[in-house]
Amino acid sequence: MALPQRKTDIGPPDYKQFLPPVIQKNYGNWKYHEVLTPGTMVHVGETGDKLWTVRVASPRLLSTDTIREHCDIAEKYCDGYLRYTTRNNLEFLVSDEKKLEPLKKELKDRGFKMGGIGPHITNVVHTQGWVHCHSACTDASGLVKSMMDELYDYFESKKLPNKVRLAVACCVNMCGAVHCSDIAVVAVHTKVPTITHENFKNMCELPTVIGSCPTRAISPDPAKKSVKINAEKCMYCGNCFTVCPPISIKDPERDGVAIVVGGKVNSLRSNPKFSKLVIPYISNEPPRWPKVVAAIKHIIEIYAKNAKKHERIGEWIERIGWERFFSLTGIEFTFQAIDDFTFMRDTMRTSSTFKW
Amino acid sequence: MKKYDTPLIDDLEKGPWPSFVTEMKKAAKNNEMANDAVGHLEKCYSTKVGYWKHGGIVGVLGYGGGVIGRYSELGNEFPGVAHFHTVRLNQPSGFFYTSKALKEICDIWDKYGSGLTNMHGSTGDLVLLGCRTESLEAIFAEYSSRGWDLGSSGSALRTPSCCIGPGRCEWTNYDTLGLTYALTQEFQDEMHRPAFSYKFKIKASGCACDCVASIARADLSIIGTWKGDIKIDNDEVKNYAKTMDINAEIVNMCPTQCMSYDGKELEINNAECSRCMHCITRMTKALRPGGERGATLCVGSKAPIVVGSLLSWVIVPFIKVEPPYTEIKDMIRKMWEWWDENAKPRERIGEVIEMKGMRSFLEAIGVPPQPQQIKEPRKDPFIFYTEDDIAAYKAKEAEEKKTGKYKF
Repeated sequence: MALPQRKTDIGPPDYKQFLPPVIQKNYGNWKYHEVLTPGTMVHVGETGDKLWTVRVASPRLLSTDTIREHCDIAEKYCDGYLRYTTRNNLEFLVSDEKKLEPLKKELKDRGFKMGGIGPHITNVVHTQGWVHCHSACTDASGLVKSMMDELYDYFESKKLPNKVRLAVACCVNMCGAVHCSDIAVVAVHTKVPTITHENFKNMCELPTVIGSCPTRAISPDPAKKSVKINAEKCMYCGNCFTVCPPISIKDPERDGVAIVVGGKVNSLRSNPKFSKLVIPYISNEPPRWPKVVAAIKHIIEIYAKNAKKHERIGEWIERIGWERFFSLTGIEFTFQAIDDFTFMRDTMRTSSTFKW
Repeated sequence: MKKYDTPLIDDLEKGPWPSFVTEMKKAAKNNEMANDAVGHLEKCYSTKVGYWKHGGIVGVLGYGGGVIGRYSELGNEFPGVAHFHTVRLNQPSGFFYTSKALKEICDIWDKYGSGLTNMHGSTGDLVLLGCRTESLEAIFAEYSSRGWDLGSSGSALRTPSCCIGPGRCEWTNYDTLGLTYALTQEFQDEMHRPAFSYKFKIKASGCACDCVASIARADLSIIGTWKGDIKIDNDEVKNYAKTMDINAEIVNMCPTQCMSYDGKELEINNAECSRCMHCITRMTKALRPGGERGATLCVGSKAPIVVGSLLSWVIVPFIKVEPPYTEIKDMIRKMWEWWDENAKPRERIGEVIEMKGMRSFLEAIGVPPQPQQIKEPRKDPFIFYTEDDIAAYKAKEAEEKKTGKYKF
């Protein structure tokens, strides 16, 4: 069968054709909203019109069959309108209040999970992992599933002082939101890469490889028509691998993950913050990564017990001090947590004010 | 189809959170590629290492990006993932869909690809996960003829994305959906044919809540704000007072301490408010942004590679955001021109500004220095002066001698 005529540079379809009529009518004229349950909220327009939203958990990696199921439900209760969120949850947009409870019932019967709105834990922003990426040193989807199974009560019902944003990145490229999340997992290598020198000259650009190294550990090796890596300076970021296939850094026994905490992107109360390293290394333990999950749950429980209402994890820690965070959580403080890169001068304690 | 024994990933079908393994197996029922992806992943779990070959350069004619090529090292063992390329489709602003549109996307994908997707990629694209090189042109013809274009990859403008904005939020200060669509259309060439030193991302948030995380995930972060007073409905404040300790939860948590509450009336000294959104988000019925609306333009955020992570910082404290968005489009073009002149290969714009200095960047885009751009002035005295700067200081001093009045 002949293919249709291709078109270029048309961009995405105009979003306006996908907006439900109640949104078109009240576009830019919303008055307020209320969170009704952790999975539902209502927005009220200046016109008095109401729009109910039901938020549903998604594993982000979806089969077309499941997307069709989303569509069937949207057709039954929402005139075919639905959307996805910036954290990859699914949202059903209901303009007829009579359909709200039947929709929730059907979602429940079909096994969909509703929640994530308000001071809760919602979906984990994550990356490709072993499902699709060449530089992954852990699996993102498996980690996320393991974390959220354990933390599920916080998605569906259990309240926290404020929302806790979780993220997973399967290497230090940190695609997604690891560097600015309340608690995040970033996969790390821990060994200096090896180089298949005979392939270097055919597959890599020397200046690009040298320029890829944050610590300038790479220098030319003219005899081999390749490069050499200074093991004292290499911190295994893997960026040289990204630009040069004959460099090999994956190591199943040494690859693992680190845990960072205290980041946020919004400006509420305090400015956006980077997440900071607290646990430097946990081995990869597929399929459930039990130690990673236990560490995250532990940090959340200590936060829930100690933080003031509305405090995000980073705000709580800055109020009590990092030394108190380590003593409250019992997390061992290690050399790895002391910055020896870009931010060192900003991260040392230049005062004698600290707690015992 | 081969039947794979998958004890490790089967464990990830248990538990309350929706399972990606279940999704993969659903697609695997009648799709060879998805079936082999399941077997392939189990192998990764059993050996604790990935098996995707390095890189992969594939695409469609006329474009330099949009498809992420991927090949398995284990193509003989898992022929269905020997080729497993990802197609990025440009999502509609705000991720709104109709079931009709989504079903059409699914039908085409089932015909050519693995039946697996990501809804959505972190940048925003609708990600179609896994197809063969020879299908790419057909996939592109099928989608583009129905109004769907590819998203972006490589050293190009990546797919812009935004928060839900006026679609369903009372706090938005401009039309994030409209701006994102307009910028995406304006810069189609920059998206599809990589011409930059490295990637460049744009994200649009309607307020400082930053629901699309623009300050952390975009080279250009467009964050809505206002100039004027927060509107207070004191009747609603009274309602909140019934269930909320307004002094503890609102007034004392205000970062600039510009609020007061005497048990009856809430007052705000708006001149001292930094518009952090805390009070507004906690009392949605009582407080709303007011006055002139627009956005703050921040530039530079990126992940750690190479020089360390950056958050975007303020470049233009306030800009109007109204169709046809000419001022913002011109500003973006000026930023790119300066970046293009000064960047080395694979240098993000934030890294180049760090290297060349804010002055070079601000002068190139025609923005004056303003205290809103910094957290604090520099601490060291290693200061550059141009001949013109000194001449200007000298001229000012000469004038002061004449008038007998200092001008600092």
